[in-house]
Amino acid sequence: MTALARPSSTVGRVFEHRWVQYRRTFRSTIFTSFLSPVLFLTAMGLGLGSYVSDSAIDSLGGVSYLVFLAPGLLAANAMQTASFEATYPIMGGLVWNKIFHAMYATPISPRDIALGNLAWIAARLTLISAVFTVVIVLFGAAESPLVVLAIPAAALTGMAFAAPIAAFSATQKTPNKFAAIFRFGITPLFLFSGTFFPLSSLPEVLHPLAWVTPLYHGAELTRGLSLGTIADDPLVAIVHVVVLLAFTVVGSLITIRTIERRLVRG
Amino acid sequence: MPDDPSNPLIRARGLTKRFGEFTAVDSIDFDVAVGESFGFLGPNGAGKTSTMRMIGCTSPITGGTLEVMGMNPAVHGPQIRARLGVVPQQDTLDSELTVRENLAIYGRYFGLSRAEVGRRADELLEFAQLTERANDQVEPLSGGMKRRLTIARSLINEPTLLLLDEPTTGLDPQARHLLWDRLYRLKQRGVTLVLTTHYMDEAEQLCDRLVVMDKAKIVAEGSPRELIERYSTREVTELRFAPGIVETLDGRLDGIAQRVEHLPDRILLYADDGEAAAVAVNQRGLKPETVLVRRSSLEDVFLRLTGRSLIE
Repeated sequence: MTALARPSSTVGRVFEHRWVQYRRTFRSTIFTSFLSPVLFLTAMGLGLGSYVSDSAIDSLGGVSYLVFLAPGLLAANAMQTASFEATYPIMGGLVWNKIFHAMYATPISPRDIALGNLAWIAARLTLISAVFTVVIVLFGAAESPLVVLAIPAAALTGMAFAAPIAAFSATQKTPNKFAAIFRFGITPLFLFSGTFFPLSSLPEVLHPLAWVTPLYHGAELTRGLSLGTIADDPLVAIVHVVVLLAFTVVGSLITIRTIERRLVRG
Repeated sequence: MPDDPSNPLIRARGLTKRFGEFTAVDSIDFDVAVGESFGFLGPNGAGKTSTMRMIGCTSPITGGTLEVMGMNPAVHGPQIRARLGVVPQQDTLDSELTVRENLAIYGRYFGLSRAEVGRRADELLEFAQLTERANDQVEPLSGGMKRRLTIARSLINEPTLLLLDEPTTGLDPQARHLLWDRLYRLKQRGVTLVLTTHYMDEAEQLCDRLVVMDKAKIVAEGSPRELIERYSTREVTELRFAPGIVETLDGRLDGIAQRVEHLPDRILLYADDGEAAAVAVNQRGLKPETVLVRRSSLEDVFLRLTGRSLIE
């Protein structure tokens, strides 16, 4: 068949679908993803940060509160966007408009559907993290040119949430449990994973709890890159990356399984 | 072996689908030839959709054998699906996209180039009489328009075989006739159609040959005409009596027709000459409120085979 000109990757076609959906709202979301860090860094970094006493600066690593906060917010922002993108659109494709079923009626496999959607989320996260990082630089809150690498680090942090959450979303028939994910998962992590204050401020018993959540590793990683302190302890940085990758890879594999099971069952 | 015209496009032997303890399709055999319009007629829950999903290679078979275009769905699912058009029972359109975008993105799933997809989308919009709505969102479209868009979408890859699961369920009569007309054109172009329906008129309009399914099994097979000749009389006389009268008839209809069927709301007399049967009823002094003589239909075939109506 001549019409079958250079078969592009099947995962890429699912990605393309998400892009066609997104391009309609592209401009307005870019503006929002620019505005949100501006507001947060102004209010929390500059406003609230002016009350952070010089004596506290030591526990922040000898930098201003704005400089401390900005990379943490970058990681947390990726987490929040990732959680949203991995819940409603995934369940919706299976339950609401059933477009995943429509895709599965073509040569596209459940694996392509899972990976194409996750790849799309990764692209979205890279984009919003890049915009966020530009804002950080404009605020003078980046201490090192390595801050450029905070963009993929933040995207990876987001994926460490998106992949396992997508695996769960593909098992749901209603969005009822998603609110619980946000209320009991995302919001507490946002507040207590070293985004707004260093983990050392929390009681020692809570530290192991933070270590097993991706946001702690993500915030530490983006902060190390933004402050340029990452090279001080390269082994720790590698552990952060490995933990985030593990969440992403295992979550993606389970997402393939849960989407496949759902599509085959009909 | 694939594409040899002497081979059936679909061949099922002992085809079975079980969900745990429940048997949805119980060891059915059928062949569908190239260019044929083949129907599965039966009530809801008869196993039609499960059969269609196995043919569509989205639901693995649990027993027997199934070949589609000479290939095994378990091994060559994506290759088979590349040559299928699927119209599912429920529309699966992307409500965030426009009518035209829905067609275009679907074509991309088959690996078609953007230029080719654009060309085919315009043709199909014309075919589905949706050209004026090309750049509208899907959501405000009427049920009939959405259905036509779904059919247009299923044709984007120029399929060898088109699977239609309850294509006109839920549509008003005008929308159904428009859809039938489009499907009839496809049939004339040589597209092989396989459809499920619980409407006998739809089966009679569209199917060259059909199987009647009931409770996961095939209970009869043939062309609409053959089935009617085999399982029914040429004509049917329908009698409606005033409430309370039916209980007093007590055998007074015996011998008038080859077969008498009592339904909750009416009595059916199966006779080759329905007019004569109506006269005989009159001669016996019976006064039904209404008398209707009509030709036998697939509904009568189904009633004969299962003792139940198609639509309950």
